[in-house]
Amino acid sequence: MTARVWKFGDDINTDDILPGKYAPFMVGEDRFHTFAFAHLRPEFAREVKPGDLLVFGKNAGLGSSREYAPEALKKLGIRATIAKSYARIFFRNLVNLGIVPFVSEEVVDALADGDEARLDLEAGRLYRGNEVFTLTPPPAFLLEALKAGSMLEYVKRHGRFPAE
Amino acid sequence: MSLTTSRKPPGAGRPQTLAEKILSQKAGRPVKPGELVVVEVDHAMTIDSIVPTVIARLEYLGKDPFDPRRVSLVFDHVAPPANVNVANAQKQGREWARRTGVNFFEVGRGVCHQVLVEEGIAKPGMLIVGSDSHSTTYGALAAFGTGMGATDIALAIATGKTWLKVPESVKVVMKGRPRPGVSAKDAALEMVGRLGADGATYMAVEIYLEDGAEEAFGLSERMTLANLTMEAGAKAGLVVPSGEILERYPVPEWLYPDPNARYAKTLEIDLTELTPRLSVPFYVDNVHPAAAYAGTEVDFVFIGTCTNGRIEDLRAAAEVLKGKRIADGVRMLVVPASSEVLKQAMAEGVLQTLIEAGATIGTPGCGPCMGRHLGVAADGERVVSTANRNFRGRMGAASAEVYLASPRTAALAALTGRIPGEEENP
Ligand code: SF4
Repeated sequence: MTARVWKFGDDINTDDILPGKYAPFMVGEDRFHTFAFAHLRPEFAREVKPGDLLVFGKNAGLGSSREYAPEALKKLGIRATIAKSYARIFFRNLVNLGIVPFVSEEVVDALADGDEARLDLEAGRLYRGNEVFTLTPPPAFLLEALKAGSMLEYVKRHGRFPAE
Repeated sequence: MSLTTSRKPPGAGRPQTLAEKILSQKAGRPVKPGELVVVEVDHAMTIDSIVPTVIARLEYLGKDPFDPRRVSLVFDHVAPPANVNVANAQKQGREWARRTGVNFFEVGRGVCHQVLVEEGIAKPGMLIVGSDSHSTTYGALAAFGTGMGATDIALAIATGKTWLKVPESVKVVMKGRPRPGVSAKDAALEMVGRLGADGATYMAVEIYLEDGAEEAFGLSERMTLANLTMEAGAKAGLVVPSGEILERYPVPEWLYPDPNARYAKTLEIDLTELTPRLSVPFYVDNVHPAAAYAGTEVDFVFIGTCTNGRIEDLRAAAEVLKGKRIADGVRMLVVPASSEVLKQAMAEGVLQTLIEAGATIGTPGCGPCMGRHLGVAADGERVVSTANRNFRGRMGAASAEVYLASPRTAALAALTGRIPGEEENP
């Protein structure tokens, strides 16, 4: 099954991903994700499908530490992102929630908004038509957590962090 | 824990940055940039808007706090609560705090970072994780403060530990005494402007104050500097201990960067040359001389936040507004960073001056900083704020423009209804 590529630019901040006034405790746990990218791309939350791929430029997710920004993405079915680089808190939040954060300048440049693509998460391969892109997996420490589902799952299961 | 001892980080041979020193101390062995380490956390902090998620994660893990004395909960972000959802979230947090015995600070006590410093919870050399990105503020007193999400904080509360990638550091040297009317906020904006919004991503910023700057910038000013390092993407923003910090705190002898420590890059700011700065919508690193925008009309002035809501900041505003009235058609909101600041401002007559000038005073806490309550900006409005972010929609309407400035520049803008020029703001 192919997924749609949603491509955003550089320096997309967490207020862009989920504006503070639509925080779960402002609009409700059951509704906040429907405001993802409400200012930047109002159609996003309506049209996004589970498994769709989010693609960012550099410094993705800068700004506030709000975890409900990536949580909104998770609720909408996002399982992986590709960015040129990530702001650090956003990167951590993705790992903690179990969204796989790939990094690749080349793949980001190659993809266009609206592309149809298929991601093989395990193999780190992305297919678009007959093109194949290779994505480098996250470092072993994080991969161990992601394989358990998320960092949260890992600690729940093992009572400690990976490599501890 | 390591804080009561002054032992050197074990086996330190290679010259280390301040960030490496602290993380080596926490890891119990010398660590190098790029390493992923699991380290002891001295304190974990969370806030009203995040605590429901933290509690949910702790419940999912089936854990209570590993050590409640090393955990703080502060109600500041939407305090007093703006609606029933928030009130219920705070009720839940309050009950959790009572049950677990963590440090708890009610609505009105102040902004989390200000409170942890005032309460003496934050100390030099500590590793403090907070569910607020401006946890870098603790770097003012050379504590490694870093912001994390709710799950990270829950994991730190449950285990007493966290995982970190040891950062490289950027060295920022600030030299000399700033001219009258120029403040730490101007220096901090200049720093962010020159580093760029991602200039220190994954890195620690280490600020060296030299040639008079160490005396000119006390604890309050250092909090402003460390706070703004976040806007360059920093993991931590550490000010090398000197001046007022040495008078107020015992500083462990190991808590200094080594002379030959390796930095990813160095930036020098001559404070004697600096003029008032302005961060222009919609990016914090879009920094210009305030004078370049002189005459720009302003609707709303906000003085407060963890960046510039301290007594020194309120004094700077009062000095501008003493015996005067703010311009017609402008509204001005002052939100002290804490109840201590509020009391002090009251005792000194600063509050009286500000109210007589036409300002309104909000409950100590975050105020409208992140656009949820207590005076958000309307469509198309232009705001001068002493906060640290001006992203689109940050303070309310998506079309509102937020200009970040020092308390003095903000007070001048309230007085004249315009962004001040060189003559008013030397
Ligand atoms: S005052 Fe603003 S920047 Fe500071 S903690 Fe509160 S919301 Fe965050």
